[in-house]
Amino acid sequence: RDFNERCAQCSEVNWGLTDGGRFYCRSCHNVTERTREVVNTDFITNSRVQTISKGSRKQEKNGGGSEWYICEGFQLVLKKQVEALEALGVSSQMKDEILCNFWRCYLQKSKQAYCKRPAGKAVKALSVCESSTDVDSDPERPSLLHLLSLSESEGDLQTDCSFASSVSKVSESTSVYSGSVDGSLYLMKSQKEKLRMTMPMTLSFCYMTLLWMREPITLSELLRYVVEGHIPYLNVFQHFPEKMKLCGLDLKIFCVESWPVYEEVFNKMHELAAFLDLPRFPDITESCFLHPDMLCMKYLMEANLPDELHNWTCRVVKKIGIGEVDFLTLVPGNKSTRKVKYDVLAAAVIVVVLKLLFLLDDHYEWLLSEHAEERNKNNTEDGPYFEFKKWYEVVKHSLDVQQKKLDEERAKYLWRCEKPLFYSVKNKAKVLKRRQMVVNLQNQFGKLSGSVQRAEKPNPSSFQLSWSEKNTDGSCFHRHSLKGILQEKRGLLTAMNPDYWLCTVKLCNEKLCGHLAHYKEVEFPQSYHFVLGLFSFLLRVQPSYIHDEVCMIEHKLFNKKLYKKLKYNTVLRK
Amino acid sequence: SSNEHKLNFKKSKEACLSFIQDALLQKEWKRAAEFLTCYIESLEKDYSREHIGPSEMIWRTGAEILWHHSQSSMKEFSCFMEQMKTLGVKRYLKVCLEHVFHLLCNGQIDEAYQNLSLAESWRFGEQTAIQDKEMKLIQAYRGLLDYYSWFKQKSILLEHSEDGFSDSAVEQEMHGYFRKAAVNLKEIIKIPGVWDIFVKCYVDLLEFYGDHNEARQVLNEYAYNSKFPANPNAHVYLYQFLKRQREPKKSLISALKILHDIVPSHELMIDFNTMLQKSKKRKKRRLGLEVIFAALDYAGWKENAKAWSCLARQVKQIVISEKHLDWIKQEWNSRKDWWPAFHFSRYLAKRNWQENKSLSYEKALVAGILLGKGCKYFKYVSHQGCKAQLKRFRMLKKFVNRHNPVYLRISG
Repeated sequence: RDFNERCAQCSEVNWGLTDGGRFYCRSCHNVTERTREVVNTDFITNSRVQTISKGSRKQEKNGGGSEWYICEGFQLVLKKQVEALEALGVSSQMKDEILCNFWRCYLQKSKQAYCKRPAGKAVKALSVCESSTDVDSDPERPSLLHLLSLSESEGDLQTDCSFASSVSKVSESTSVYSGSVDGSLYLMKSQKEKLRMTMPMTLSFCYMTLLWMREPITLSELLRYVVEGHIPYLNVFQHFPEKMKLCGLDLKIFCVESWPVYEEVFNKMHELAAFLDLPRFPDITESCFLHPDMLCMKYLMEANLPDELHNWTCRVVKKIGIGEVDFLTLVPGNKSTRKVKYDVLAAAVIVVVLKLLFLLDDHYEWLLSEHAEERNKNNTEDGPYFEFKKWYEVVKHSLDVQQKKLDEERAKYLWRCEKPLFYSVKNKAKVLKRRQMVVNLQNQFGKLSGSVQRAEKPNPSSFQLSWSEKNTDGSCFHRHSLKGILQEKRGLLTAMNPDYWLCTVKLCNEKLCGHLAHYKEVEFPQSYHFVLGLFSFLLRVQPSYIHDEVCMIEHKLFNKKLYKKLKYNTVLRK
Repeated sequence: SSNEHKLNFKKSKEACLSFIQDALLQKEWKRAAEFLTCYIESLEKDYSREHIGPSEMIWRTGAEILWHHSQSSMKEFSCFMEQMKTLGVKRYLKVCLEHVFHLLCNGQIDEAYQNLSLAESWRFGEQTAIQDKEMKLIQAYRGLLDYYSWFKQKSILLEHSEDGFSDSAVEQEMHGYFRKAAVNLKEIIKIPGVWDIFVKCYVDLLEFYGDHNEARQVLNEYAYNSKFPANPNAHVYLYQFLKRQREPKKSLISALKILHDIVPSHELMIDFNTMLQKSKKRKKRRLGLEVIFAALDYAGWKENAKAWSCLARQVKQIVISEKHLDWIKQEWNSRKDWWPAFHFSRYLAKRNWQENKSLSYEKALVAGILLGKGCKYFKYVSHQGCKAQLKRFRMLKKFVNRHNPVYLRISG
């Protein structure tokens, strides 16, 4: 139309416009990233994919594939994820409004779409039928191996020898770099600028949206659902439409071979929120699921601890101010406040409360338990008093069983999907042959696995451990009373335990070493380790992660005393 | 950093593998199969950097499972092995060999032979040279099966000749097998190693066709070439051969000498002692005593009446001649602290008497001489024997009583 530049590839001026709003040269089908500025604000998630697919019929020579861009792929991934979340009960607002706005904003800010001029010159990306001369002529084109090494090493994809060896033969035959148009470019971009999209980041998007909507799903739950298969992540690319051919470098981007960890997704989310220049998120108030009081209630139930402990957690929360709206609500870009991990925080509060009441020094809690046991013998009218020992035995047993199950499940993960993947055409025959053998062997041994069939995917459940009060064996401690370990003092019920030990006297500088403290199991009491382990299992994070939060809470709680002590120390030193 | 605990493909498969191994150790074949099914997809990843790759793991664990699993058949096993052969060129011959072993264990001699022939004709560039050792083994086993065929033909031939007719066809076949077998067996035993079965078969062939010199050479090499690992059986084979050849005692004795050094508890020590006892040379007789005492140091010989009779005979002979009592003293010196409890307890006296009177007789004689007439064992057995009015026990008692001073000299 009014675009008069010469095409970079064939020097013609013969432009057409794809329905997605991009200019393509009608002579040589070089698609640029120049777009017409999109005026309409209606955002239909699938529109770009569909229009590109409808594109030029000449693309048939690619074997039925059409051009597609990496961000389109991610868009599809997000769509699938959001649909799954909807199936789990999340409001449809997530898909229709919030996430797509976030995504659009991201595309704009990272200059992948919806902008006047994309950064850099027109992309002459390596697409499927790149001719050999082009490949050789551009001296700036990075070698394939270089591209592979740039992205974080996900699994062993880069050690595929056959792929590496095909690099050397690039000049001889057409090797397929990537099915997508900008696969190689994507990997080339340096990570610092523009926040390149990755698979773990899709979860950051989801979490960010959930947080904005204040949905009752914590990050640890989200990640657990992902691992359990309720939210597509691994091999989600197999749901891409046929025309989006995935090969070569695309695999590096979309095929993950590890489960993302909490820390990774969490940190990325905050980076993303800042990058998108989002305003203050909707307030997290006391009635929100993510408020520590609420989450503590949930985790106390799940940990089979007495409901009465909730009073204590609320007290701690109030005392150190972590229930305040301003503390809990996310303000992107504010570097001075510590980012709140709602679930880990709540778990840490419970741990602190347990320390307050039971000390957890491998000695006192057992004494207290015996004491409670004694009192229980004479106890006829009230409900049973809580005995730490009994609780420990019951919970440890369940935990061991569940942990063993989890370990076996982890060992049995099937990572490969049914769609075989190959880097290049040369590679294809070998891959298919190998795949055939794998399928044969799986069948052979699958038959010998006996009646133990692969269990059906368990229904998504918010609770991993559940305790029923209907059990007559006394294995549910919710209704137990803390009276056994409390005493009356001046009309108030206080803990019998007068002591407390700090996990650490001095907090580390988080910005320097990434942690507030460094947890080593051997340096701490077994009971403490057990309690950390319990929540570590429930939240699927490392014990040290929770330990950091515990340290943080303790320092807030005992701030005055510590301050005095430090001051005293400095005086001494002088 | 925090990514170390990240669960990724590699870690997941490592965990899977250790579950497989645990299940195999516990002989839980179904469980092992279950985990192996999940492990198999690691074939689609490249592990060329690793020392042992998934294909080898799958081969070894899969073979174990299929061999033991109740629902698996030999056909499935063979099918699996064929697939494994295609998985790793560097292991091709090894897999072939293992497959052959399994077939042999299952009695499928013909299939085994076919597989060996097929493997023998395999060529794969430089791999053929690299896998030279495995190739020699394959040829050796084929030679072994040829020997087996030869043996069968020989049996048929003997049967027929007994019945009166000669069968030249069978004979020709037999010779054919001999040639094939001999060629391959000869090759493998040149390489230092433990080749008991090959040696035995080859020697058998040579003896049948009258090539005793070659046989002798082969056995000597096998027993005495220092490049070969120390192997008691080599000496046993040599000894047996020399015996068959009616060699003089001298060479028989020298063949068994090394065996005594390596395995003092070997069953041939009885033969050895018997030969040595009869020797005219003093040194040999002395050695004989040493040999029999050494054998009886082992728990497995405690109830061996023959061994005790050898010792008894020799001890008796020495006592009567009153020469070389110091030999007994020397032998007894290192044993007097523990042999009494080991061999001559009252409990054993009772048990030996109940179970085996001859054994108790021989032992009582030895005990009486070594420990004197007052020792528990002798007293009990001789008492019982006399009570039962068995003549020899009365003689025994007399003998020991008469020679009691000897005990004093020995123990002093």
